[in-house]
Amino acid sequence: MSAVSKPVNQKAWFLVLPVILCVAFSAIVPLMTVVNYSVQDIISPERRVFVGTEWFVAVMRDQELHSALLRQLVFSFAVLLVEIPLGILLALSMPAQGWKSSAVLVLVALSLLIPWNVVGTIWQIFGRSDIGLFGVMLQRMGFDYSYTGNATHAWFTVLLMDVWHWTPLVALLGFAGLRSIPDAYYQAARIDGASKFAVFRYIQLPKMQGVLVIGVLLRFMDSFMIYTEPFVLTGGGPGSATTFLSQYLTQKAVGQFDLGPAAAFSLIYFLIILLMCFVLYNWMQSAGTHSGEESDHA
Amino acid sequence: MARIELDLAHAYRPNPAQDSDYALLPLKMTFEDGGAYALLGPSGCGKTTMLNIMSGLVTPSRGSVVFDGADVTRRTPQERNIAQVFQFPVIYDTMTVAENLAFPLRNRKVPQDQIRKRVGEIAEMLDMSGQLNQRAAGLAADAKQKISLGRGLVRSDVSAVLFDEPLTVIDPHLKWQLRRKLKQIHHELKLTLIYVTHDQVEALTFADQIVVMTRGKAVQVGPADALFERPQHTFVGHFIGSPGMNFLPVEVVAGVLRLAGRAIAIPPDLHLPEGALQLGIRPEYVVLCNEQVPGSVPATVTRLQDIGTYLMLTTTVQDRIVKARLESDVAGLQAGDQVWLQLIGEHSCFYVNEELVP
Repeated sequence: MSAVSKPVNQKAWFLVLPVILCVAFSAIVPLMTVVNYSVQDIISPERRVFVGTEWFVAVMRDQELHSALLRQLVFSFAVLLVEIPLGILLALSMPAQGWKSSAVLVLVALSLLIPWNVVGTIWQIFGRSDIGLFGVMLQRMGFDYSYTGNATHAWFTVLLMDVWHWTPLVALLGFAGLRSIPDAYYQAARIDGASKFAVFRYIQLPKMQGVLVIGVLLRFMDSFMIYTEPFVLTGGGPGSATTFLSQYLTQKAVGQFDLGPAAAFSLIYFLIILLMCFVLYNWMQSAGTHSGEESDHA
Repeated sequence: MARIELDLAHAYRPNPAQDSDYALLPLKMTFEDGGAYALLGPSGCGKTTMLNIMSGLVTPSRGSVVFDGADVTRRTPQERNIAQVFQFPVIYDTMTVAENLAFPLRNRKVPQDQIRKRVGEIAEMLDMSGQLNQRAAGLAADAKQKISLGRGLVRSDVSAVLFDEPLTVIDPHLKWQLRRKLKQIHHELKLTLIYVTHDQVEALTFADQIVVMTRGKAVQVGPADALFERPQHTFVGHFIGSPGMNFLPVEVVAGVLRLAGRAIAIPPDLHLPEGALQLGIRPEYVVLCNEQVPGSVPATVTRLQDIGTYLMLTTTVQDRIVKARLESDVAGLQAGDQVWLQLIGEHSCFYVNEELVP
């Protein structure tokens, strides 16, 4: 607490001007156009009517949107539920040293390098019951698999695709967390007679917590915004079984050109993600301080 | 509690060819049951390797580890029932202090009431009773290290407790306290304690027996006074003491000792081989005298320092530095002055190839 009074110089504001401009053009202006659309009914490029909160009310009451939101939430939590434990398991079983470690790292990271739409295409072919390896295999095993015809199959195929594409990210994060644990911890655990599970529970998991928070947040945000892969694979079908939020939004905005409701919904969508991340982050953070200041080490 | 016998060698690389490939050169050593030992030596001399071999974290590439007559070379640390405290604090972040201390007992399925009693005792011993329900993760480094120490001491039936420079992260004032505490624990519990350190004061105050190591070799095992009075190896003379032993080249020709160009009669109880030797004398035993004293050698003063309770005189004898610790007041000596030093006496040691002449 210094008692030295700082000189006041209003010209200093000019120094932050570039940042303000950048943020304005990259985030605020686009967001404001959306806000602008969300309160108007655009009938034609020349004619527009101010409608106030009408679109927001309409969107909130939209049954289709409710089911898309529910579908989305179930999907995102399923993604977390599968990918986080699986990623940790992978990280634990990856070799730590030598050429094997490098080789496994590259192999694991491979799927992360594939663009979203290509992933969709790969699985579209992979899952086909006439020529796809996966589809044909399931058919041969006597399982009447069809991601185009059966809603459940389609949903699980999208989940499987996401797990295949993104579990390596969690694994790599977990691996990095594991590598940062000093050897002395494992030695001490051996001296203390800790079981393998105790080592995981009391050393590895707490030390991984920091990176896992990031993993959960990234996977939640990404899966909540999933678009390209189901769009390529199923186009949201059959019916609306795999129509997640962003796809529903696109159908509204681009397909039906309902710019007003789409804009209103975009804002709500944005707020939902913000809220969920806020809740998740704080929850994991408080779990962190409750069980040691892990995030400080991460 | 156990008597530990080592007869082994260890190299971290396969197929060691020369001495420098070994972390531990072939050695034979016995640690008696209930003794307090220190492994003393500079960094990289093999102390920690020896400790890890005893605890079972490292398997020696050759030879065996024997506990009370039973070969335990291939057994795990848990089977050997050993406790070890590491240089840097290892604590389980998600547990409280009490849970941390109880962890080794809980893993061994010790009954709950016994655990509580034992944890209470150890916490009392380490002055941590008030912090038992606190999260271990939020504590300062020295408190964390106390927990590590506590985890090492919490089992009363261990074969031995091994300490790997455990007080490195602890500040000096607390260091003294903890070292006294360890000594006290040793008296009370009669555990075999083996303490690795590179700090001679720590080793000398803690241990009954000190193993001095250098370059993968244990050069002397003995109590503090033996290391001080009769260093078996020039390294011991050099490493123990502050400052270390003075060394001067001497020569024995036809029963006469030649030192710094002067012929000195060899005391009758000393049997020295002919040829080149090294004379070792502690600064504490160098005596300032005058020219008439037989056996004295001339030296040139380079510095006289007042170190509070004593004076440290630095001289050169034929280009070799000889330090003398003088209790009396020898004011008036200045750099460049000529003095006479008595270097041969009952405290002088002679070395051939770095080894003491018996």
